[in-house]
Amino acid sequence: MNKTKKKMLGIPYFAWSAIFIVVPLCMVFYYGLTDAGGAFTLENILSIASPEHSKALWLALLLSLAATVICLLLAYPLAMILNGKKKNQHSFIVLIFILPMWMNFLLRTLAWQTLLEKTGVINSILSFWGLPSLNIINTPYAIILGMVYNFLPFMVLPIYNALSKIDPDVIHAARDLGADSVQVFLRITLPLTLPGIISGITMVFIPALTTFVISNLLGGSKILLIGNVVEQEFTQAANWHLGSGLSIVLMLFILVNMVISAVFDREGEGSVL
Amino acid sequence: MKNAAKRIYVFLIFVFLYAPIATLIVLSFNASRTRAKWGGFTLKWYEALFHNRDILQALFNTLLIALIASVTATVIGTIACIAIVNMKRRSRTFVMGITNIPMLNADIVTGISLMLLFISFGFRFGMGTILLSHITFCIPYVILSVMPRMSHLNQSVYEAALDLGAGPLYGFFRVVFPELLPGILSGLLMAFTMSLDDFIITHFTKGAGVDTLSTKIYTEVKKGIKPEMYALSALIFITVLVLLLLVNRAPDDNNNRKGSKL
Amino acid sequence: MKKTTHFHHTLHTVILFWIVCTLCLVSPLLLTGCGSQGSKEGGEVIVYNWGEYIDPETIDRFEEETGIKVIYDEFETNEIMYPKLEAGAAAYDVICPSDYMIQKMIENDLLAEINFDNIPNSKNIGQQYFEQSRQFDPENKYSVPYCFGTVGILYNKTMVDETVDSWSILWDEKYADNILMQDSVRDAFMVALKLNGFSMNTLDENELAAARDALIAQKPLVQAYVIDQVRDKMIGGEAALGVIYSGEAIYTQRENPDLEYAVPREGTNVWIDSWVIAKNAPNKENAERFIDFMCREDIALMNFEYITYSTPNVAARELIEDEEIRNSKIAFPDLDQYENLETFQYLGTDGDALYNALWKEVKSE
Repeated sequence: MNKTKKKMLGIPYFAWSAIFIVVPLCMVFYYGLTDAGGAFTLENILSIASPEHSKALWLALLLSLAATVICLLLAYPLAMILNGKKKNQHSFIVLIFILPMWMNFLLRTLAWQTLLEKTGVINSILSFWGLPSLNIINTPYAIILGMVYNFLPFMVLPIYNALSKIDPDVIHAARDLGADSVQVFLRITLPLTLPGIISGITMVFIPALTTFVISNLLGGSKILLIGNVVEQEFTQAANWHLGSGLSIVLMLFILVNMVISAVFDREGEGSVL
Repeated sequence: MKNAAKRIYVFLIFVFLYAPIATLIVLSFNASRTRAKWGGFTLKWYEALFHNRDILQALFNTLLIALIASVTATVIGTIACIAIVNMKRRSRTFVMGITNIPMLNADIVTGISLMLLFISFGFRFGMGTILLSHITFCIPYVILSVMPRMSHLNQSVYEAALDLGAGPLYGFFRVVFPELLPGILSGLLMAFTMSLDDFIITHFTKGAGVDTLSTKIYTEVKKGIKPEMYALSALIFITVLVLLLLVNRAPDDNNNRKGSKL
Repeated sequence: MKKTTHFHHTLHTVILFWIVCTLCLVSPLLLTGCGSQGSKEGGEVIVYNWGEYIDPETIDRFEEETGIKVIYDEFETNEIMYPKLEAGAAAYDVICPSDYMIQKMIENDLLAEINFDNIPNSKNIGQQYFEQSRQFDPENKYSVPYCFGTVGILYNKTMVDETVDSWSILWDEKYADNILMQDSVRDAFMVALKLNGFSMNTLDENELAAARDALIAQKPLVQAYVIDQVRDKMIGGEAALGVIYSGEAIYTQRENPDLEYAVPREGTNVWIDSWVIAKNAPNKENAERFIDFMCREDIALMNFEYITYSTPNVAARELIEDEEIRNSKIAFPDLDQYENLETFQYLGTDGDALYNALWKEVKSE
């Protein structure tokens, strides 16, 4: 079968993505670049500079960066430990991390509320042991915790995946040539898992940046993130033009992220599974 | 010593991941209707669950949508991969960029944009619109998990099969497909899980009277979750967990008996 | 390697097997349930109501008695419901919006006039509630009251030992981190506007700016902005004071006897949620039968007991057995005893935008 014929196989998907990905996206751009009367305007996009919006964006960037860094720091050692386990447990390990997703996302996040509240489970346990109470519910810390909790699997899996693809012989060879553990890690393991790391960062950072559910449930709606602003423009204020304009701003970050991934992850190595 | 530290670390991460789930399971036995108070142990919510037509209907819808969406997405996505690996680098990057959009875009933007599409093209909101949206955001997961295997595939094996007289379809199913299978199945499972867990996109594309578990829960989050919902989540979780443990045990024994060479 | 693949395979097969089994198990349950109704010839009616705002039993009864199949859908806020209806994406027959939203829907020509000849049970609804509805439905042509109530302060007696009779207690630093505010624009501004003695439907920029400043000043004291979660949090003793709808008071008190509900003397919002029929309703006659059914005294009683929101159905109130609840001032507030009661009015697109912008300033502070 020749290449052209093979390319024909892609037609259903290309048509699908044109209708259901590209066209809807164009509609977002249309709304974002027009005002209520349908005239062209940049006002919706520029409103990101208003104090409320820029503060919400800044806060969202800050919290999602923190969550991403924590996820990375937690996930990398974990992935290394898991990679040391027997190879045939691959899918078992993957499933252990996917399993929580079978419990609804909203229910899980709500459960954290029950755990963290002033009179919640964790504080009851702490006070039982006479320890000082933990007051992070309705603060940015609780939001970071919620982000780490919800998106940690998306960091662990691609890193684990990249690690498991490293041929042990490469590491043995390096050792035979006299490299110590630190050198092996820095010069072999880390560069080889970079696609996985980049993919993990993308999968954590973007959803964390745009979330509104986590900040609502764990932040007591006191902390306005850019995702909340977009959501409220659509659902409460019914100002689709402004909501779309701000979404376009968010997409800029996604674009930047895509470029970075494309540079580091040419082969699509760092996939989730 | 080092091993103990590793174990403790893994254990702590697992506590972190599963603590909320344990909480939900405990709440499913709580006799009080509110999550804020422990009213004693009860099994009544489990009984109530099986008489609650709404929740069962939502469960049915959720599973049906997830099943149809993930299977359709897997078929479309796998076939698309064959085309994508054969493309030039530049067009390949372009297609993969488009593919990444639903994964990377904020769910709310995807949801809203699909809603705008359906409204302007006069779709009637219902099961159909949910399915279309779910297939849309499921395909990328399939492509991303099949692609690596596809690009590592040794083309010459397939060509050799053709040279030996296999038809293209036969050749594909005998030579290429088995190699791709783990990737396809992973993609399928990932797509299924994503569809199962999605709330935001469903929320914006659903019609009257069609509820999935997520949208049902969302309406309940504001009013206080019905304990039946905790019971259902606990049941789903426990069955999957038990199955997982069972399956994980069986091949392990097998390996120990036969596979000592490995 | 081979084994890993094999294992993979088994695992996925098992998971898929589980899914198929569940589908097989659940579908007969549903088919027997739905099948018996699907065969009836009464047609259908599509209802769009607040979440958890009806006793599901009453829907079953309606289907049994009339043979009309009910397609039931829920919304969380008036604001979310509105665009769905306006876009015409989904056709609904009966909807249950609040006062100001009904006004907006009437102004935008989204509602059908109700033929009250088809709703004989509307005689059960107290005349005063129809009078009150005139604020948003001046000729009583479009709406039939379903629930009503006030907005007030729910407080925990073990944590608050003074008399609660003013909104100003929500600005008392003693209760820092112990206050729950409503997370919706109009309700939050209502509290701040009433505190300052302004109308809650004001469009005066100075008054609104004062209210905004008051809300910003209050923010450090607020534990969380929530909607219906006030209920769970107050029951659990998470906070001392919470702004809440009167309908939740009975339920929360039943769960936690330390809780008490008070309506501040500065006045508050009296709201009514009413049944209306959409202009493009596909089943208008069935919609009227549904509304009529909901007005029947025994059905209204079932709903009252289930959701504990005050019913304007006088006949149903007579049927309440528990004397304490029947005469409860919380369940059935005597509206004449309060001054400065108001009902929300639709403020127009510009008004909405103004409120939303100010609210965003509060939230991002």
